[in-house]
Amino acid sequence: MHDEYELIVIGGGPAGLGAALSAREHGLERILVVERDVQLGGILNQCIHNGFGLHYFGEELTGPEYAARLIDRLNGQAIDVLCDAMVLEIIPGENGHTLRLMSADCGYRTVGSQAIILAMGCRERTRGAIQIPGTRAAGIFTAGTAQRYVNIEGYMVGRRIIILGSGDIGLIMARRMVLEGATVVACVEIMPYPGGLTRNIVQCLQDFDIPLYLSHTITRIEGKQRVEKVIVQEVDDRFHPIDGTDIAFDVDTVLLSVGLIPENELSRAAGVEIDSKTSGPIVYENGETSVPGIFACGNVLHVHDLVDFVTTESEGAGKAAAEYVLRRIDVLEKRIYEKVSHDDVNLQSPSYDDPQKVACEAEHARASHDDVERSALIDDLSKKLVQGRSYCLSIVRDETISYTVPQRIRVQRVDKQVSVFFRVKNPQKMPKCIVFRDGERIVASFRRPYMMPGEMERVTLTREQLDDVCGNELLISVEEIR
Amino acid sequence: MKEYVCIICPRGCHLAVDEENDYAVTGNGCLRGAAYGREEAMHPTRIVTSSVRVRSRIHPRCPVKTDKAIAKSDIMKAMLLLDDVELSPPVRRGDVVIASLFGGEANFIATRDIDE
Repeated sequence: MHDEYELIVIGGGPAGLGAALSAREHGLERILVVERDVQLGGILNQCIHNGFGLHYFGEELTGPEYAARLIDRLNGQAIDVLCDAMVLEIIPGENGHTLRLMSADCGYRTVGSQAIILAMGCRERTRGAIQIPGTRAAGIFTAGTAQRYVNIEGYMVGRRIIILGSGDIGLIMARRMVLEGATVVACVEIMPYPGGLTRNIVQCLQDFDIPLYLSHTITRIEGKQRVEKVIVQEVDDRFHPIDGTDIAFDVDTVLLSVGLIPENELSRAAGVEIDSKTSGPIVYENGETSVPGIFACGNVLHVHDLVDFVTTESEGAGKAAAEYVLRRIDVLEKRIYEKVSHDDVNLQSPSYDDPQKVACEAEHARASHDDVERSALIDDLSKKLVQGRSYCLSIVRDETISYTVPQRIRVQRVDKQVSVFFRVKNPQKMPKCIVFRDGERIVASFRRPYMMPGEMERVTLTREQLDDVCGNELLISVEEIR
Repeated sequence: MKEYVCIICPRGCHLAVDEENDYAVTGNGCLRGAAYGREEAMHPTRIVTSSVRVRSRIHPRCPVKTDKAIAKSDIMKAMLLLDDVELSPPVRRGDVVIASLFGGEANFIATRDIDE
């Protein structure tokens, strides 16, 4: 391990691995991945079921297999890995950032890095977060914790089980518990529609005749030492329990699958601006946060439905971090800018704004023999640069959309196109349009046959569409097809 | 008539399969849905994933899967076979853990490398 790196990636799960590999591919030579578990792979290691990789690898893999493919690639590269280590603090700086970390192998260390990628993933909401009344008996687990006990440590968590929440982890665990000999009496979901993917409803609940109670929730947990009984009630459309709808279940175990929260304590302490809707950093088009040189990807940024999309997103962040580092130190490029400024063009240090293109255009301008044409080209270039720097679009949304990532787009940094991820707030079972507007005018419109809140949606805006935007706000909404 | 929710894509079409009429599928939005409905009604199969004991310093369990889908009705029988398995490192992903389940083509294979 060195004292200085070009890039430190915090987290060795699918996001961190994807980001580190991509940064290496894009030219970085000193990369460190810090992982708090004793091995790389993150939560994929405990997701022993299949269904991963259809989009990214083009075949159906289990979690450990998906992780192993990335780890194999990483092992072939000159990338440092530090496992069993915890990053305590990120201290941002003008000329590079500092990390304080603690590890079993090296104790307390301070390491410098020009760029940082946040890839810490997310954690589960607990009973405390949703305030289920009742006793504090043993036998109440988050679904992911139970998954780790069973699949990694080899402990069974209970015999008669009820699951609260129909998110994918809860559904997967319902099947897993039945396969290991337990009885799953019910899966209870407060919303009127299931939270997880349809395939998981079918293959994890219906295959094993596990009843799914929609618009129901657990209102009481009873039991002295161990959970003995839970009370389930129907809820009204404001999620209030309805009197007289009580159902009692005799169970010894409650598994909670009630949502995931990006794990951003480190990011917040480093001054990274957080989106209250995603609970992840607010990012620009390339995954860069509000702190220059700190990027974010994967579930620390927003909770994804499929790991394949995490990998793709992380590759983007890795590439962006590499560009950030390499542009800062590219002496040749600096010289080109100096040459341009010699011609008395009003350029502020454009060391970071789309420099490849600028460099190219600057060379083209300088090469022109016609004085008039030459000065016109340089004028044009300088205008573009000045405009570009102040030109940042915010994506705003109406009540039909729960969030977008990225939240901001620096148009001049967009090469050809930029992907915008979002989720709809309510199920849309009929064909609808996703519309982007600046004021009244429609900038882009995308038709979708159906959209569900449990599934991430993605649309792609082109540079041309972005260049056309008036003002600095872009409104996204779900609209009827006209 | 049997009813299914199609799982081929996220749209989740509600399929109806008529066993008495050559397993004709209705309610499907595309041809893949029709094929799924037929398969599901005639002989539903699943990939089974689980874990087995391994004598390792770090990992108490090694994850496994069937390398081909097996009949849905055989899932619990297949799970029982895993109870008696104990592996010794090194394990390579793809190693056969139980060969030829129920005399068929499917094997349980390891899905993770365990070195020590």
